Amino acid sequence: MTLAVNNQSIPSRPRGGSFRRDLIGVAVIAVFAAAGYILFPDNLALLTRILAVALLVLALDLVTGYCGVATLGHAALFGSGAYAAGILSAHYGINDPLLMTLGGIVAGAVAGLLCAVVMLRAHGLPQLVLSIALIYLFHELANKASSWTGGSDGLSGIMPDPVFGVYEFDLFGHTAYFFGVALLLIAFVLLRLVVRSPFGMLCRGIKEDPLRIRAMGASPNAALAKMYVISGAVAGTGGALSAISTQVVALDALSFTQSAEALVMLVLGGTGSLFGALAGTLIFMLFEDYVSAANPFHWLTMVGVLLIAVVLFAPKGIYGTAAAYFTRRGEANR
Amino acid sequence: MSPVFEVANLKRSFGGLVVTNDVSLSMAPGDRVALIGPNGAGKTTFVNLVTGNLPPSSGEVRLGGETVTRVDAIGRVRRGLVRSFQVTRLFQDMTPAEHVGLAVLQRDGRAGRLFGRFLNMTEVMAEVSELLEKLGLAELAYRKVREIAYGQQRLLEIAVALALKPKVLLLDEPAAGVPQSDTGRIEQALADLPPDLAVLMIEHDMDLVFRFAKRVIVLAAGTIIFDGLPADVTKDARVREAYLGNYANASHVA
Ligand SMILES: Nc1ncnc2c1ncn2[C@@H]1O[C@H](COP(=O)(O)OP(=O)(O)OP(=O)(O)O)[C@@H](O)[C@H]1O
Ligand SMILES: [Mg+2]
Repeated sequence: MTLAVNNQSIPSRPRGGSFRRDLIGVAVIAVFAAAGYILFPDNLALLTRILAVALLVLALDLVTGYCGVATLGHAALFGSGAYAAGILSAHYGINDPLLMTLGGIVAGAVAGLLCAVVMLRAHGLPQLVLSIALIYLFHELANKASSWTGGSDGLSGIMPDPVFGVYEFDLFGHTAYFFGVALLLIAFVLLRLVVRSPFGMLCRGIKEDPLRIRAMGASPNAALAKMYVISGAVAGTGGALSAISTQVVALDALSFTQSAEALVMLVLGGTGSLFGALAGTLIFMLFEDYVSAANPFHWLTMVGVLLIAVVLFAPKGIYGTAAAYFTRRGEANR
Repeated sequence: MSPVFEVANLKRSFGGLVVTNDVSLSMAPGDRVALIGPNGAGKTTFVNLVTGNLPPSSGEVRLGGETVTRVDAIGRVRRGLVRSFQVTRLFQDMTPAEHVGLAVLQRDGRAGRLFGRFLNMTEVMAEVSELLEKLGLAELAYRKVREIAYGQQRLLEIAVALALKPKVLLLDEPAAGVPQSDTGRIEQALADLPPDLAVLMIEHDMDLVFRFAKRVIVLAAGTIIFDGLPADVTKDARVREAYLGNYANASHVA
């Protein structure tokens, strides 16, 4: 039995794009960072906070956008990173910002693994409830362990040394801002690699049909746990950045509110895309800052309306919808 | 030849309904077996039981001599027991190249790699293009699955299964839902399956069954009522009786 005549061979794959898009992504982040620095020199604290939260939203995108796990407790990973970095400095005198960041990364990853062990036992709504239970437990733990965390007064006494022993954390927040931009750029580049890797492809498959993935001999839960650890490392970086830049850690870092806001930002920007996570964070936080200053009584109303509009009319999120629009136009013009 | 796949006294019921009733069979490398039976006979349930997707009430499953009744579904795939689905289960947003690439990487234990792209891994891509070419899917390698015809999706299901290099392949109605005009390609793919692979195919299309199988097993109401040569199946009184309840006349089987 011979094969039907088969002269066709697999065409060469559509080339280029991914590396170029990485470079464009890095350039866009750098341009936005520079623009922020030039346009709002007095507001670097806000911009640095945006960077820290952007890391949390990126981390959330990894599990929610890329793997399909909905969670309302992702600040547990962020907050663990923040407290770890803060405690290293305040209690152990480890003030090197790089070591503090490393502490945040490790603590975030461990918290991620812990959350994964609990959450991956359920699916759907029960899973969402578990995530809420987890963030309450983390919050309560931080509240009760006040000799370590400062409890509801917050953790103070964080005094990071100069970066590389040279760049001091100044009152105006210049150093913190550049430190944050550097962390975000590094995280972005590494995550681009991860989402394109075989592992990223496996996760996309799990999101769509975990049973099919099992039939291919791969364990969805093992992969999801691994993604949770990676996500924890990223969120922990954000937490560490927040601790280093503000030199305090408040219980908010580990709150349900922070978790829910991160999810709102992600949906706003668009799930399943790193740019979407970044865009959502930027838009939400700038909106929050300016609208709440302009109209403190109605800012939440406006956020609500914006969110409803996005979910109903641009379900792929602001970035996702724009990207789809330009892709379509690009194809039409070709 | 020693059996590569054995099922002994497998039983399963849903509530009071016995769907698999004391099913035993054994297959050797290279076997081409067709599992037929009226709708609701328990064929898909049988596949779910032996692959570990559904726990049996009692009975045993052995793969290459090893009892795997207590091994989970993933472990059985890794030991070489691979199935396809009655309704295709593919990733709509992924390409055929990605499907086969993922299966190859998974088989080699590299699906967890955090860097690199499989498109740049020459050995993986060599295997991907070989398989896709063999199944006539080369042209569609970089299309999204949602954009390709159902018949081609069925072929991709087979490609994914083959990429896992199985020892035993269970095909649940590989031609279901495919227009008659397109079944030729699938039949060709079935004819080209590796010669040492043990294949059990569930199928309703009797022409396909007779051309493919060297052995036919008939399941009715969860029980094996016939296990023998294709030539004998239509002569069997119990088989005719089982089908008469479902088809207008038994000539369908003939
Ligand atoms: N999870 C379940 N719970 C209850 N009953 C089930 C379940 N799965 C299957 N059944 C019943 O078991 C019987 C056998 O179903 P099964 O899908 O195995 O049949 P089949 O031989 O594959 O049929 P078909 O040819 O239509 O694919 C049917 O009566 C079905 O309704
Ligand atoms: Mg069936």
